Amino acid sequence: MNLALSDEQVLLREAARGALSRFKTLEEAREALDSGGSTVDLWPTATEAGWPGLLIDEAHGGAGLDVFDAMLVLGECGRVLAAVPLLGHLPATAILGDGAGKLGETPLLGELASGERRAAYLAARPPDDISGQWSVDPASGMERAALPSAIAAGEGEARVSGRIAFAPDAPGADVLVGVASLDGRAIGFAAESAAAGVSIESVRRYDATRILGHVTLQDAPATILAAPEESLAEAWHLAQALIAAESLGAVESALDVSVAYAKERFTFGRAIGSYQAVKHSLTEVLRQLENGRSLLYYAGWSRHGAPAEFPLAANAARSVAGRALDHAARTMISVHGGIGATWEHDAPLYFRRAQLSRRLLGGTALATDRVAGELIAQG
Amino acid sequence: MDLDDTPEQAAYRAQVRAWLEQHKSEAPMLVGDGALKDEDEIVAARRAWQGKLAEAGLAGVTWPKEYGGQGLGPIEGLICGQEIARAGVPGILDAIGVGMLGPTIIAHGSEEQKSRYLGPMLHGDEVWCQLFSEPAAGSDLAAVQTRARQQEDGSWRLTGQKVWTTNAQFASYGLLLARTDADVPKHKGLTMFIVPIEAEGVTVRGLRQISGEAEFNEVFFDDLALDADAVVGGVGNGWGTALTTLMFERVTIGLGGEGLGYNSARFARAIASDEHARRDPEVRRQLGEIASELMAVRFTGYRTLTALQRGQIPGPEAGLAKVTIVNGAIKSGDLIADVLGPDALAEDSEWAYMISFLPGLKSAGGTEEILRNTIGERVLGLPTEPRLDKGIPFSELRSKEAAKA
Repeated sequence: MNLALSDEQVLLREAARGALSRFKTLEEAREALDSGGSTVDLWPTATEAGWPGLLIDEAHGGAGLDVFDAMLVLGECGRVLAAVPLLGHLPATAILGDGAGKLGETPLLGELASGERRAAYLAARPPDDISGQWSVDPASGMERAALPSAIAAGEGEARVSGRIAFAPDAPGADVLVGVASLDGRAIGFAAESAAAGVSIESVRRYDATRILGHVTLQDAPATILAAPEESLAEAWHLAQALIAAESLGAVESALDVSVAYAKERFTFGRAIGSYQAVKHSLTEVLRQLENGRSLLYYAGWSRHGAPAEFPLAANAARSVAGRALDHAARTMISVHGGIGATWEHDAPLYFRRAQLSRRLLGGTALATDRVAGELIAQG
Repeated sequence: MDLDDTPEQAAYRAQVRAWLEQHKSEAPMLVGDGALKDEDEIVAARRAWQGKLAEAGLAGVTWPKEYGGQGLGPIEGLICGQEIARAGVPGILDAIGVGMLGPTIIAHGSEEQKSRYLGPMLHGDEVWCQLFSEPAAGSDLAAVQTRARQQEDGSWRLTGQKVWTTNAQFASYGLLLARTDADVPKHKGLTMFIVPIEAEGVTVRGLRQISGEAEFNEVFFDDLALDADAVVGGVGNGWGTALTTLMFERVTIGLGGEGLGYNSARFARAIASDEHARRDPEVRRQLGEIASELMAVRFTGYRTLTALQRGQIPGPEAGLAKVTIVNGAIKSGDLIADVLGPDALAEDSEWAYMISFLPGLKSAGGTEEILRNTIGERVLGLPTEPRLDKGIPFSELRSKEAAKA
């Protein structure tokens, strides 16, 4: 038994922290909110560091690493609220790596590994113990939207129509990888974003560090992927694990800043961190953070150590991490007092991150429901 | 990162499993048809079973060989525990002695104490209890008032009261924290003793809890005579010795959450048995939240074990796991009772027992508030609260408290 990071994993994390420290991501996030513009493009940094190929086989020029390694990188992005479009790219590469169909004969995987081209995953939620249907995130409301539908169009090709709302990292992506319904079964597809019939509407919701888009497909030409249905389901759970890791990174820095302030701010002649009310609320953030970290280990280990448990582990991590970020951001604001709720402070940036993250990729609520469903189904 | 056994660990697991397979019919039956009911019989049978486990090397796995242990690491300790659970047989009766008090004696006791007490403790011949908490000294443990006064011949006389003492009703010995000097600040005037429980001057009284059962005791000492060699770790060093015990307690709690039976799969099964509940969004939300946290604790345990294996001593953060387990189990009990209705509270219901047990457990092994203080200060580095007792002799402190009251 060994749940410690390997030397390589420590290096990967430190390198990521170093690379991202060259940017003033928080300042930029605030400015982008002010101007309505975007934050600096961090894809070149990601490319230089080799992150686009984290989950792609070495044979295709990737690093051939594992979910846990990807989570370490996402955690570092989360720490500084960096807008690195890996949440969309990595699950897409995982599906393509499991079976790219005709695209396997093209240099696509190599280009995605090098970062020359960027992919975005059009998240689709697999059936659970109650619903036998696949679904995608709706543009509004609680009702899940149906998968795009595909019509076969020649050997290994299809025409796909449908809409996926709030797809992370879709704007600016070269290739879209999603799930569609073909003759009643779920298939993986890849479409060029520049192709006729593909439109991506960039949307900004509350958090300027999050690249989001509504994707509309109208008879869009697509390649049918060979990745089996299990691989498509796994991509959803992978996305849950990645957003969990990203969220916990943000919790770490929110807690650090809050603790530092609680040590230096004095009221009634003593540091506010000495009061139980403040101390206990900060230990509650730590408790949730530690639980989340443990579940990242569970998710990372189970992907190969106990694949049947990966959905359970990844969704549990998302559930805990999502709530942890929400709580950490609110605690950060309250520990800082009034200033924490103003534009002067970074706390609102974490709060914005928490609020939006909680509603993406099915939302924290659906991840929590999946945990219950998996356990109930186990009997 | 992996959870697999190394070849050596796999061989050890196979060896433990084989012994259990061969001997599990000798284990006492505690549940199901033909289960023992009489408490004296249960205790006798479990002591005998502990003896067999010890003979076979399945007790005190991490104890040094010279004291009858196996001299193995924490992972082997966990493997042994997993295999005992897997075999469906009871573990050792005296987990408090073997898990916490024995290791304290190994760390601080004299050679005479080690050779006299450790063997019978390990084999269940003499059961031990922990005599730390008092009615007015729980969270503030260093405020114990049980007084030991040294006689001219070097022996001691002990008077006072302890509480929350598990297993005292059948224990032979206890490890007791007493005040030996009231004229110095409170942490300094403490001494640890080994005390006989069946001696003249000791009274054990069961303390019934919410469930109606008496799992803890109050223990009264009325001028109990102790020899000079009853002191463990030196006169005036009681606080440091107590911290060793509490460190082992943290390890036990950190690794033992699953052992309490508070796990997500068990709670989910109770809910899944109801056709309506298993589809109810609100029930699922609560179950999902609780279960996620309880699953996390399992992996926190593995992280602790990894640290132990690397020679690191677990810090107070293990207390967070206890907070998660207890609160998760409390919420689970509530949810299950909401699903099952009043039947969950029936006299013989496992849930009624759990629901009754948990409010007290919230204060056991450190109250949630004290754990959060300690973790806030020692892990997050937050400043301590101003204290009114620092540097003040214990006797003055007591008179100040009396004057205020």
